[in-house]
Amino acid sequence: MRTPISYFLVVSTLLFTVGTVGVLVRRNALVIFMSIELQLNAVNLALVAFSRMHGNLNGQVLAFFSMVVAAAEVVVGLAIIVAIYRRRRSADVDDASLLKW
Amino acid sequence: MAADWVVFWVFAPVSIGSAIAMLFQRNAVHAALLLIINFFTLAVFYLVLGAPFLFAVQIIVYAGAIMVLFLFVIMLLGVDREESLVERLKAQRPTAILLGLGLAAEIFFAVRAGVGFAARAPAGFEKVVNKGGNAVALSHSLFRDYFFPFEVTSILLIVAAIAAMVLAQRRGPAVTLADRAVAEEAGEAGELEEEPVA
Repeated sequence: MRTPISYFLVVSTLLFTVGTVGVLVRRNALVIFMSIELQLNAVNLALVAFSRMHGNLNGQVLAFFSMVVAAAEVVVGLAIIVAIYRRRRSADVDDASLLKW
Repeated sequence: MAADWVVFWVFAPVSIGSAIAMLFQRNAVHAALLLIINFFTLAVFYLVLGAPFLFAVQIIVYAGAIMVLFLFVIMLLGVDREESLVERLKAQRPTAILLGLGLAAEIFFAVRAGVGFAARAPAGFEKVVNKGGNAVALSHSLFRDYFFPFEVTSILLIVAAIAAMVLAQRRGPAVTLADRAVAEEAGEAGELEEEPVA
């Protein structure tokens, strides 16, 4: 493999950063959720890259578990968003300000 | 010219470009489609990094199942809604971009200090680690070393499925359409016309 491992880590860094900025900037709850998925995938890429670098499969197994947890998290999170939408008729996070004083 | 070098330089700009383009989409469906492109490029990176099983799982689970779920919910909540771009907190956006750049720089220096930009993966990954194929080697690792966590994830998935059913359930007297028809005949208002809380 000619590509240095750090190149994949840099791509992972940039994707994670874009996801973080997306969570902070966007206000549609669904798009915020997609940004969180982007962050999870960035970390998965780093895990697979480290797995390749260290020459064992532990990173790939951890990425696999991370995908399982992400699937569970998406199911619960989307159910919460649907429940909030039914209650307030809006998926905008600024409208869900019940706990704000 | 190694193949992985070409693949990296073709797919890395697509990956980062689709992620950044996702940030600027007002329409949630377009954002979801760009995210699917991004997931496909990540799958290609997994293939280059010697993880063909995760390549398949990434496409089936992420680009397939999870993004279809996302699109389904977007359709459920109304696809024609566009996010208003008026920001209520004035300093939010510049601060977020500034902190994002800081985060990127921090991880960048951490990668340089911890791994080094010239570090290359050791040769022989396919012959030694992926012996007998990646799926076989991964299943050996999964079912020998990580058997207990693997079983625990099944509990996690069941709990998540039940939680989704409980959260998305409609509460109220009318459970089925037949119940609702009976309730409307009795003069009770359906719970669909619930007032949104201001």
